[in-house]
Amino acid sequence: MELSRLSLAHAADLLRKRSLSSVELTRFFLTRIEQKNPELNAYITVDEEGALAAAQAADARLARGDGTPLTGLPLAVKDLFCTHGLRTTCASKMLHTFCPPYESTVTRRLKEAGAVLLGKTNMDEFAMGSSNETSFFGPARNPWNPARTPGGSSGGSAVAVAAGLCLAAIGTDTGGSIRQPAAMTGITGLKPTYGRISRFGMIAFASSLDQAGPMTRSVADAALLLQSMAGHDPLDSTSIDAVVPSYAEALTAHVQGLRIGIPAEYFAEGLTDAVRDAVERAITTFRALGAQCIPLSLPSTPYAIPTYYVIAPAEASSNLARYDGVRFGYRCENPKDLQDMYARSRAEGFGAEVKRRIMLGTYVLSSGYYDAYYRKAQKVRRLIADDFQTALAQVDLLLTPTTPETAFLIGEKNNDPVRMYLSDIFTINVNLAGLPAISLPCGFDANSLPIGLQLIGRPLQESTLLTAGQAFQQATDWHLRSPV
Amino acid sequence: MKHPPPSRYESVIGLEVHAQMRTRSKIFCGCPNQFGAVANSQICPVCAAFPGVLPVLNREAVNMAIKTGLAIHGQLRLFSEFSRKNYFYPDLPAGYQISQYELPIVEQGHLMIDSPTDKTSKRIGITRIHMEVDAGKSLHEGILGASWVDLNRTGTPLMEIVSEPDLRSSAEAGEYLKKLRAIVRYLEVCDGNMEEGSFRCDANVSVRLRGTTTLGTRCELKNLNSIRNVMRAIDYEVERQIELVEHGEQVVQESRLWNADLNSSRSMRGKEDAHDYRYFPEPDLPPLRITPERIEAVAQTMPELPEAKSVRFQTQYQLSAYDAGVLTSSRELADYFEAVAQHTADLGHPNPKAAANWVTVELCGRLNRDNREIQHTPIPAHRLGQLLAMIQRGTLSGKMAKEIFEILFTDGGDPEQIVRQQGLQQVTDQDAIVQVIEQVLDAHPEDVGLYLAGKTKVFGFLVGQIMKASQGKANPALVNQLLQSQLLKRG
Ligand SMILES: [Zn+2]
Repeated sequence: MELSRLSLAHAADLLRKRSLSSVELTRFFLTRIEQKNPELNAYITVDEEGALAAAQAADARLARGDGTPLTGLPLAVKDLFCTHGLRTTCASKMLHTFCPPYESTVTRRLKEAGAVLLGKTNMDEFAMGSSNETSFFGPARNPWNPARTPGGSSGGSAVAVAAGLCLAAIGTDTGGSIRQPAAMTGITGLKPTYGRISRFGMIAFASSLDQAGPMTRSVADAALLLQSMAGHDPLDSTSIDAVVPSYAEALTAHVQGLRIGIPAEYFAEGLTDAVRDAVERAITTFRALGAQCIPLSLPSTPYAIPTYYVIAPAEASSNLARYDGVRFGYRCENPKDLQDMYARSRAEGFGAEVKRRIMLGTYVLSSGYYDAYYRKAQKVRRLIADDFQTALAQVDLLLTPTTPETAFLIGEKNNDPVRMYLSDIFTINVNLAGLPAISLPCGFDANSLPIGLQLIGRPLQESTLLTAGQAFQQATDWHLRSPV
Repeated sequence: MKHPPPSRYESVIGLEVHAQMRTRSKIFCGCPNQFGAVANSQICPVCAAFPGVLPVLNREAVNMAIKTGLAIHGQLRLFSEFSRKNYFYPDLPAGYQISQYELPIVEQGHLMIDSPTDKTSKRIGITRIHMEVDAGKSLHEGILGASWVDLNRTGTPLMEIVSEPDLRSSAEAGEYLKKLRAIVRYLEVCDGNMEEGSFRCDANVSVRLRGTTTLGTRCELKNLNSIRNVMRAIDYEVERQIELVEHGEQVVQESRLWNADLNSSRSMRGKEDAHDYRYFPEPDLPPLRITPERIEAVAQTMPELPEAKSVRFQTQYQLSAYDAGVLTSSRELADYFEAVAQHTADLGHPNPKAAANWVTVELCGRLNRDNREIQHTPIPAHRLGQLLAMIQRGTLSGKMAKEIFEILFTDGGDPEQIVRQQGLQQVTDQDAIVQVIEQVLDAHPEDVGLYLAGKTKVFGFLVGQIMKASQGKANPALVNQLLQSQLLKRG
């Protein structure tokens, strides 16, 4: 039995049967992290003490026979979920010693469901990046080829899952930050509907786009984690107050007769042949499973990147104003006066990409530019959402590639931010429209690098994504391939 | 005002009032909304804008804004939104203030004021009321080269109430503020304390030639911590602007800081005006939707407001518009008056006019002398009612009643008991009074002669002598009546 590839359900079963203890499983992962993390840099902080204490408590519960779905299961979370008393850095020098005095709703719910938290995973600084290269703690490396990036911003979570440094992980997705690294590391990544999971205690990048979600080795695992995290939170007014269905049930449904839309704009210029071929093979698989695949058009697609790069930096420029050196986080040495303290704390505490986006955002909100940029972007955002709504009135799901290409080399796009931004071209629109989407492994390129496909659903229809994803993974074995 | 402005100028004034709402908890978190606590003891990660925390709008604050909107006859928006006003300051932890900007909860209201200038009732438009959050406080005293920040006030809900530039004099501005303050106090949404900053006012002032309609360049006056200061600062500003215009100079649009000690203001330019606040809709709060049902439910909880109360006092108690206006200027005063009137009526001697007089003249005058508010009156309403009933009954003369009143005010107690103890009871015993009259008439035979010869003017002199002889205790009405008959007997 290979513990590093266990599914959540299987692991939970072993724990319940007492053929494996949570402490044993936790120690296994802690040892494995110790071995592999120096090369892969998936974790920023490993909480050995906390994890073992939680594992012991879990074993005690299991011994009493009152385990909950996640009791004793070792997970990892992106280092932007605030964890009470455990350093939360957002991969930034600004917060590299920050210890929150409160718990995010996501981690609280996971812990309440019994999960063991192994540690906090690497990411792009403040989730701003598509390669994990903007991290203050250095890039995480792709286990399929450590010279390559795992994608970003939830790169560390993706690596930890792909390399078996945890059973599963949580990431966040503002423009593709769960799905893009999932595709590039050959794992399953689900971005739920905006508002499905509380953002409380999740350090904000762009408030109207950020959404947490599971990063796992299977759709079934994603369903289990989503179940534990989803639902309204009184601490987050933008979380949706809607009943959370049973996602386990969704796994047993059929795709027979499911209508899947194939938007032409996602198969145009920029898409590599390897990705196109793999996604087209996946379409054939869905047809074989009884789904109808219908070509359609999403004409607003080309506007997604410029729209996103107005709205997200605008919100970020405001969200990141609180890092001023006054109450927490990095403060420069010997400030001359208040202005100097602000300027130097921020200049020294933030990395280049974060500063670039703060400046972009400040610019588009400035008087005289607001209408031309921010207001216009909001209008285009509405058009993009309308486009999806029209399309999803005709079909149940949309199927696209997750990324135009497979994992690129570390350093390859560092000096060209626009090329880097294009890496999220197929995922960004989904955030602008607030829709749920999932990335599934669907093949490999000639360099043995994983390829991902994306399914996009209607608002709050995560179940449909899970149904289709589960059917696909039962018909294929891409998700079972392991880099290590 | 030292020099009245040349009459060919007209001043145009609009007021922005920031009223702190008296909610139990803060506007976006559960911290208590309280003052006077140890610095930074009433705060949480939301107050201090820690990473990842989110605002949750306080329903009570929304209801208070609805209440106020209804009271000023405003249009309530069923769909309003919050924005972020971005700027860096240590007492603004998030780096932005959450404030309603493009779509405020209340628009197009008004207040009626009695203009002291025109001696007419005047409609003052209220452009909008929006909700926003108060900032903390920076303290620059104590240590050299550093500042302290106290975030206790951070998160206090505010209403910003913006008037149209409909006010034409400092007196009108003062009247408007009194009216508005009375309303928020009646509604119990704000304690209206300008000195402590729970009711803050900025004034926008410009001048123009009488008869013209275009607005002059305006200046915003800040740091006005009493109605008196608002009025003084406006007068100063109007004079300053007229002087500039008279000398052919331009008024510069700017914020000016009022200094009450120096009785002058100075420009704040370069500090405030350089800001670009980069407003945009607050993505952490969904748009605020309120239903007509909710507005109706709030309307059901509205107390009787000053205007309606004044009208009722005039009809129910037959009071003059002036008295009714004074009595309804605060809810506490109106309630006190009604309690006094009720109590005298319960004692079988209703006289609301007398009650109004005693409350507005005697009691308010006495409270003013001690710089006290009606809430802190030492005379409970039923005691004053008792006193008034004693006057009605004829047990006390007005003069004696005032003496008892002073005793009640300083020492407290029961007026009946005080009267008995001090032997102040009015003499209403006819035989006793006749006895005194006889003594006085015997002592003044010439005056009696004069009276009987038709010089009736001496009657008043004789009454005075009798009252003096009785040490003021004789019932004056009885003295008048009995003196008449005793004089006739001697004719
Ligand atoms: Zn608080």
